[in-house]
Amino acid sequence: MEKGTGLNTLCPGEIAVVKSLNSSGALRRRLLDMGIVEGTRVECLGMSPGGDPKAFLVRGAVLAIRGQDCRDIMIYP
Amino acid sequence: MGLTLESTGRGARGEALHIERPRPGDKIIALAGNPNVGKSTIFNNLTGMKQHTGNWPGKTVSNARGYCRSEKRGYVLVDVPGAYSLTAASPEEELARDFICYGGADAVLLVCDGGCLERNMKLLLQVMETGKPVLLCVNLLDEAESRGIHIDLKALEGQLGVPVIGTVGRDKGSRGWLLAALDALFDRLAEQKPYAVEYPAPVEEAVAALALLISKGEGLARRFTALRLLEGEQSMEERAGPALLAAARQQRQKLEEQGLDEERLHDILAAALVGAGEHICARAVENAGSGYGSRDRRIDGIVTSRRWGYPLMVALLALIFFLTISGANVPSQWLSKGLFWVEDALAALLLKLGMPAWLRGLLVDGAFRTLAWVTSVMLPPMAIFFPLFTLMEDSGYLPRIAYNLDRPFCRCGSCGRQALTMAMGFGCNAAGVVGCRIIHSPRERLLAILTNSMVPCNGRFPTLIALITMFFMAGSSALGAALGLTGLILLAVGLTLLTTKLLSVTLLKGEVSAFVLELPPYRRPELGKVIVRSILDRTLFVLGRAAAVAAPAGALLWLLANVKVGGAPLLMALAGALDPLGRLLGMDGVILLAFLLGFPANEIVLPIAVMIYSMGGSLTELGELSALRPLLAENGWTAVTALCVMLFSLCHWPCSTTLLTIKKETGSAKWTALSALLPTALGALLCMAVNGLARLLV
Repeated sequence: MEKGTGLNTLCPGEIAVVKSLNSSGALRRRLLDMGIVEGTRVECLGMSPGGDPKAFLVRGAVLAIRGQDCRDIMIYP
Repeated sequence: MGLTLESTGRGARGEALHIERPRPGDKIIALAGNPNVGKSTIFNNLTGMKQHTGNWPGKTVSNARGYCRSEKRGYVLVDVPGAYSLTAASPEEELARDFICYGGADAVLLVCDGGCLERNMKLLLQVMETGKPVLLCVNLLDEAESRGIHIDLKALEGQLGVPVIGTVGRDKGSRGWLLAALDALFDRLAEQKPYAVEYPAPVEEAVAALALLISKGEGLARRFTALRLLEGEQSMEERAGPALLAAARQQRQKLEEQGLDEERLHDILAAALVGAGEHICARAVENAGSGYGSRDRRIDGIVTSRRWGYPLMVALLALIFFLTISGANVPSQWLSKGLFWVEDALAALLLKLGMPAWLRGLLVDGAFRTLAWVTSVMLPPMAIFFPLFTLMEDSGYLPRIAYNLDRPFCRCGSCGRQALTMAMGFGCNAAGVVGCRIIHSPRERLLAILTNSMVPCNGRFPTLIALITMFFMAGSSALGAALGLTGLILLAVGLTLLTTKLLSVTLLKGEVSAFVLELPPYRRPELGKVIVRSILDRTLFVLGRAAAVAAPAGALLWLLANVKVGGAPLLMALAGALDPLGRLLGMDGVILLAFLLGFPANEIVLPIAVMIYSMGGSLTELGELSALRPLLAENGWTAVTALCVMLFSLCHWPCSTTLLTIKKETGSAKWTALSALLPTALGALLCMAVNGLARLLV
């Protein structure tokens, strides 16, 4: 596992660029299908009332992703 | 809430891929695209059919087909479930891929959302790789424009090398030029020069080596077949010969030696597709980044906020119930008066015709009276509830519910999508069970299926509303009843969570799977269309089903009441036999018998109980709710009885349609049995507890 900052640390209103994807299996495919690859710009829009999942703006679409799944999406700090 | 014949009946999964052509020259068109881009709307526009539409991803879970004709030829349109790519990650995506690749489609009409074209590119480019002729339809252009996104369709066409048209989805006028574009596609097939994504050199070399060995049999491009074989795609491997498979293995090994293992390979293929998509969009789309408008930002800032998220959901639920209850009251009374007038007239007519008394009893007192009851109790609330629900569904609020509720469901070992299937269950549990296909993890899907019947469907709402109004809201204020019902629904949701948790720590242990949910932009629903559609498609469908069950059930009831065994009517003997158990549960034998007889449709439980009581008692004609209360009280009903009936109504075996659907969806008699046993046991426990507590206190 690569060490670094995960997407889960991104707070509402912040913008980051994806560095690498450490997720595996079906989730990895799903994220790639959504266009989350190296260099993709991601904006955190907000969080659900329970605090998790968070909503992200990716390539014009809004995606809800849980914190535990965000941890493996590495971003440039 | 795909509550149509297609979703509960024929349109089941595992259907044969082969599609018949009504006429020899007809073309088969696969209607494909990302989830929630308006495919079903375009399908309906073209075919004049009424496939259910809604603003949330995953609404279409099975292939639907329709037929349309232009002046030149006929087209069989197959509306496949939404997919993000052809490298399937979910059952619906597999269904979509199988049809597009192996279903014998002559061409693909690919629908894209103009609001986030870039995300749609991956599927488009992959479909173009299959070698099938493609017509790209950029939909929801109006919505994109309103967010400041400009799409140059001509430039897009130039970049892609396939014909491109733009539509605004709801515009009926688009039918003509969609058909014309399809005609043009087939007339000018030779002119298609689809853009080909270029992959890194090692991949291209492997593809070229493999392509030499592939015969162009399946109608798929060699390049596409080679790519999928390199990726080790199962569906493609199953169709490949041993020699080809061996060659693919060899090439894969070669790639691995160059550092491209399966995962890396998949990554660079995806990156190449995404990169190509970016490249194309950069030349054809202006302002692509503004997919999420400030209006949506503001709305989401409220409806998903920590402070307002949950209260708003509850308030909205209460508002819907309030409108339903207060609006349904008066028409219910009219209907009931009218129908009972018809009953009298019918009885008089049959008497005049000289029909024997037993047949008159069977038809009028049995079949017709039950039918009249069901209609007058059910029709008005449904005619209000369904349109309201459809409005919410079309607006895009439903996925926000899933988003808001993901946390609690996740804690219970499931995911927020279960909230969506739960919401579908409010309409009809059978539809809710079918809808569970949107949950990809088999474990979480089973959890959702097993607990779906714990939220009351539309067939049970009238019973709950009637009991709340009669026993707990003496002044019969609609607001009070709505709040009471909301409380009951919250209880049902709580029980669903509890059962889900119980199951996920016992029978269905396992890791919570990943959760990625798309939140679509809010859309203003079309009021007129919503009303017409939800009344015609849903209300009448559910009512028809209830009526089809109610009439024979009424006749059966009459028979049971009039066939005598040992001096007493069979019905009373049965009710008597069930009485001890009924009393234990805080109800009585009649109610329990009504629940049993109501197995085909929950709608008729209360009417059956009332019928049985009125047969034994003095009342012969029942007009409205106010006349009901004394009858029930006369038969020993108290507030505790009513509460127990409501609890048991929430938690008992699902109706026969739902059970059949569960059997079909799970393919297992064991899980089907559990889905009946679990809520029944819970309901029985609750009723016994309430009853016992009440006895202690009183």
